[in-house]
Amino acid sequence: MSGFAQNTFNGLVSGAFYALLALGLAVIFGMLRVVNFAHGAFYMLGAFGAYVLLSEAGVPFWAALVIMPVGLGLLGMALERAVIHRLTKLDPLYNFLLTFGLTLILQDLVKLRYGVQSSPYATPALLDGTVNFGLFDFPTYRVFILGFAVLLCVAVWWVLTRTRIGMVVRASTERPDLTRAFGIDVGRWVTPVFGFGIGLAGLAGVLAAPMRAVNPLMGTDLIIVVFAVVVIGGLGSIFGSVAAGFGIGLVQAWGEAYLSNFPIVSQTIVFVVMAGVLLWRPAGLFGREEAPA
Amino acid sequence: MRRTVGVAAASAAVVLVAGCGGGGPQSGGDQKLTGDKIVLGVLNDQSGAYSELSGKNSVTAVEMAIADFTAKYGDKAVTRNITVETADHQNKPDVANSKAQEMYDRKGVDLILDVPTSSAALKVADVAKEKKKLYFNIGAATTDLTGKSCNRYTFHYAYDTYMLANGTGKTTTEQIGKNWYILYPNYAFGQDMEKSFSTAITAAGGTVVGKDGAPFPNTSGDFSTFLLKAPTLNPKPDVLGTMQAGAELVNVVKQYNEFKLRDKGVGLAVGLMFLTDIHSLTPAALAGTTYTDAWYWNFDAKNREFADRFQQKAGTRPTFAHAANYSAALQYLEAVQAAGTDDADTVVKGLEGKTVEDVFLRNGRIRAEDHRVVHDAYLAQVKPQSEVAEPWDYVKVLKTIPAAEAFRAPSADCKL
Repeated sequence: MSGFAQNTFNGLVSGAFYALLALGLAVIFGMLRVVNFAHGAFYMLGAFGAYVLLSEAGVPFWAALVIMPVGLGLLGMALERAVIHRLTKLDPLYNFLLTFGLTLILQDLVKLRYGVQSSPYATPALLDGTVNFGLFDFPTYRVFILGFAVLLCVAVWWVLTRTRIGMVVRASTERPDLTRAFGIDVGRWVTPVFGFGIGLAGLAGVLAAPMRAVNPLMGTDLIIVVFAVVVIGGLGSIFGSVAAGFGIGLVQAWGEAYLSNFPIVSQTIVFVVMAGVLLWRPAGLFGREEAPA
Repeated sequence: MRRTVGVAAASAAVVLVAGCGGGGPQSGGDQKLTGDKIVLGVLNDQSGAYSELSGKNSVTAVEMAIADFTAKYGDKAVTRNITVETADHQNKPDVANSKAQEMYDRKGVDLILDVPTSSAALKVADVAKEKKKLYFNIGAATTDLTGKSCNRYTFHYAYDTYMLANGTGKTTTEQIGKNWYILYPNYAFGQDMEKSFSTAITAAGGTVVGKDGAPFPNTSGDFSTFLLKAPTLNPKPDVLGTMQAGAELVNVVKQYNEFKLRDKGVGLAVGLMFLTDIHSLTPAALAGTTYTDAWYWNFDAKNREFADRFQQKAGTRPTFAHAANYSAALQYLEAVQAAGTDDADTVVKGLEGKTVEDVFLRNGRIRAEDHRVVHDAYLAQVKPQSEVAEPWDYVKVLKTIPAAEAFRAPSADCKL
């Protein structure tokens, strides 16, 4: 029983990363109709930034947790203005290629400077330990990640559904033309939303640094699963991406724990789920069928 | 290009002797070296996961060997025209295959060196066999290179899965704990390592109480399911043996520390670890971990002298793969010098059964039976951070495993 609880907990922690990354992808896709392939690279930059800040300037984890998302968010905004913006009116394939190319450039720049070997990043002293849940011990840092991610998702949900900014963003995401007709400058919100999505990826990266190998390629494997998560949740659906993120984390953890005798199954389970969802509901679990343009 | 009459005469004499024994020299005519030069080819991973433990610094090591060889023989050297060709095989067998063919056929390479990643290494062995050209594998672990895939032109120089399992599995079982839980990446290398370790552990009187193949590549980066399982097994394992490599090893060790398994009485043994891995994890994260090393830079004065020279050129300390590349290039050049020709069959004859002593090979011998290069190996333990006196000096050698015990006996599968 405690084994099951532990595996569930772990699944939720993995899911927290998926949820944060998928949430960023979802808002960006919703607003810009851009599938941001560079999301994994920004996740990597978040983790690497934390490492560089710590090793070269002595900036602790807690400060990095603020600096990196904000810094990367601003970088994302600059990028949106400089290049992505110019391609949004063309076939989506152009931005797809652009962000894919960007991923390669960012990865190789980091590789050039820091090499491929993973860089060290210690767990912050405050969170280095275990919490006793009665049934089992669990690393404090993981508890922190889970709590932090849930809070963040709730906060994003609150902003989007309960504030005026959120209302405008949702309206711009779902019916940009109609929103424009109401006299709202939709274009004004595009850049900050892109920056916000990138900032979330950076934040996930900083959170990953103490528990994952920090290297230039850390985003590439992960992002494949995150794309599956976004598709399962429904492209552009904010609630869907978060729910699917945690759900897939759980499915993976349970798969590894209880299907470990069938490695083929536990390795492909995410994509089997994705294929199943696409057959059953082509727009994803929480997505709406695209209205004809 | 014939520089001195003396060298030419001396080499001619050797060629004459060799030529009488074997079937005629393939280089043909009176030409002692194909193209009047020696070309060494370093084929390895130059941008991916293994580019730091081998990569460009392996090329640096080979260049050092050429410089040392030229300095040693001066005008008496068989040639002063020794060059290095390099190529990136990206750890892909098909790329390794075509790059190896290109090296032998078009770049005039006499010897291919390094080639990490077992699947790629085996492909290159096939090419060497087909082209009848020399190949010293350093970077790959599979025992198949001296087993069912062995051939006359392939030598396995630095280490293999048997050496790792025998050293770490046997000694850890005897000295640290009898009950093991083995975690391995579920593909050729990992499965091979798991088998070798299980055999060594059982032979040493230990028990494998549990083993799991983790998905490879592990896209979630999470190993917690396995790490949580380890302490709950009955009987409780004393040692967690992880066979993961590179970034996956980093993930396993980080999470091993997160779950405080050492505090729960489960020690850590690592199947394959390079100096660069310890550097990226920091000694603090690995303190007390045991593993088998083929060579360690700060083991004695001789190694240190090499490491100092290497650092001047590369800016970092050498891994065992770097030292082995240096040694392999040097021993090849010595063999060509002795034979007076780069004709592969003649050089192979000179190498077979030869005993060698250099900075990398201690009590080294090039086995004629299967072309396994045997030498002393070392059981190493990562120091606690407090004992690390200088950068990169991360381990202490617990025990030297004599050359005769470090490697397996020649396999019956190998027919040269």
